[in-house]
Amino acid sequence: MGVIIEAKNIVTSFGDTVIHDDLNLSINQGEIYGILGESGSGKTLLLKEMIMLLKPTAGEMWVLGHELSKIPYNEAQSLRRQWGILFQFGALFTSLTVAENIELQLKEYTGIDKKMRDEIVKTKISMVGLSAHVGGLYPSELSGGMIKRAALARALAMDPKLLFLDEPTSGLDPIGARNFDALIMELRELLGITVVMITHDLESIHSVIDRFSVLADKHVVAEGTLENVLQSNHPFVERFFKNEYTLANYNKRARHHHV
Amino acid sequence: MSRVVIISLCDVIGYNGAMNQTYVHLEELADSIVVHAKGDWTLYSEPQINSELASFHPSKKIVWDLSKINSFDSAGVLLFMRFDEQFRAKFEVDVIGYTSEQQRMYELLKKHSVKEAIPERSEGMLSALGKRAVEGYREFLEFLDFTGYLLVAFLRYFVHPKNLRHKEITYHIERSGLSALPIIALTSFLVGMVISYQSAVELAKFGADVFIVDLAGISITRELAPLITAIVVAGRSGSAYTAQIGAMKITEEISAMRTMGFDPFYFLILPRMLALMISLPLLIFFADIIGIMGSMFAASLELNISYSQFIDRLQEVLAAKHFWIGIIKGPFFAVLIAMIGCFRGLQVTDDTESIGAQTTASVVNAIFFVIACDALFSVILTEWGI
Repeated sequence: MGVIIEAKNIVTSFGDTVIHDDLNLSINQGEIYGILGESGSGKTLLLKEMIMLLKPTAGEMWVLGHELSKIPYNEAQSLRRQWGILFQFGALFTSLTVAENIELQLKEYTGIDKKMRDEIVKTKISMVGLSAHVGGLYPSELSGGMIKRAALARALAMDPKLLFLDEPTSGLDPIGARNFDALIMELRELLGITVVMITHDLESIHSVIDRFSVLADKHVVAEGTLENVLQSNHPFVERFFKNEYTLANYNKRARHHHV
Repeated sequence: MSRVVIISLCDVIGYNGAMNQTYVHLEELADSIVVHAKGDWTLYSEPQINSELASFHPSKKIVWDLSKINSFDSAGVLLFMRFDEQFRAKFEVDVIGYTSEQQRMYELLKKHSVKEAIPERSEGMLSALGKRAVEGYREFLEFLDFTGYLLVAFLRYFVHPKNLRHKEITYHIERSGLSALPIIALTSFLVGMVISYQSAVELAKFGADVFIVDLAGISITRELAPLITAIVVAGRSGSAYTAQIGAMKITEEISAMRTMGFDPFYFLILPRMLALMISLPLLIFFADIIGIMGSMFAASLELNISYSQFIDRLQEVLAAKHFWIGIIKGPFFAVLIAMIGCFRGLQVTDDTESIGAQTTASVVNAIFFVIACDALFSVILTEWGI
């Protein structure tokens, strides 16, 4: 299992505001990796730096063997076809139907004929748990949860090896969120995808995430499995994982197992 | 098995061109044909695999051998499924050499294969036309509704003038009045100059040089300055109103205001309209001055009419009514521009495209109605003999 994303000494600052100061993390192939942190800790900025939407002020970001600050245009373009991204609010193109949204990259980048593209689109729509008729709807006609699912289908259109998810379960009902988690697990299992997700969802952290990093005070203050992270006594970790609510949940789960 | 014939598919279909790699290799045995799938069965190779398999017409039992596939993705597996189904309809089919990953992917895709078609969203011309007509009628009704609301808000303003955001009004006077000065100066100066320049040639033919002053003075103050100012303001501020209010609608700021009891007509639309009603006549006055300066400049260049001569003549021939008619048009145009701008903003729906469409519609409608209103003024005033 090789490292496919590595952040080395990342510094991000806007004027006098320093967001990341000497931040390091590494993500292995095939794992579901979480990025956790308080709001304002720069999780989304870090994600944006991984997908070339933002250049770090200093430091190196390695993704799939490329150092992003010095990547030539053509390599950057081909790198962009190897990942799929689910934006927090879906970011579906509003002028296209769901099916057209999913089909877009297939149409642009491959020579697959219309019939087969339809077949692929229908499968992806079904995979994310939507019914075929949703394919004919425009994003403005969808509910929040459907937008998330449709956007995931678009992110999966090109069978990416790397999937970035920005708060995939936020805005979903608890059952929808758990289904989403199960879907991510299934996809990783079947397609061998590496998943990087920003999340606050404790349930996701417990059930789907292999390893994660905790962003606070401009650094990664803890990285690893849940057990590793729980050993940290950083105030944010204490507050987030060792509060009454989380502990109660823990105990409930433990009791459940005993019965 | 004694007789083993190996044929490359390229030989079968007589393809000997640029194809440097094949993905399918056929092996004919006595009682079956073995289809060796090889290489990368992915999105990028799918079209070629498809054409290779499409030209293969089996005649007996088929055995898929998938052991030489390097990598595959859902497109490759879907393609396999499609041809597998086709073959199975006619002959016995066996699959060998597949990995457990391939099987799992196959099962996943099989589970999610959908027969139901995705509904098409294109429509015929007739239905589009009908839709447009209904849409137009609905928009008209909504505009009436909007006008009614605005009128009520306006009347309420006279009852409780304190409720109005006077700070907002001054802010919008600055935004749509004061900061429009440079562009209005430039356009009206140029138009004034062009009018003089063009007529100077014709007037000089008749030796009627000095009538340039009558011509420029009256046409600028009465018609051109109000029209140009209104068109510039429609482009500058009308579009801005639409985009601002439209964006506020998308981000649900307007819904938030409504639920807090802040009437958007009171807080957003009326201040903009009143600001424009105050600033447009002032801008027209400004455009009058600059426009006449422009024509003065051209007259002195082309006809050697000095500035003092021009101004003397202007005082003689330019009746105050022309100036006042121009100024009076201001508030009327302002109401049209602000109403259309704000109405179009409220018409914005949830998608990004509609902001663009509504902004365009806002400017186009505003300019049209300004010109139509100007024509109406012209007819009425001529009838009245003013």
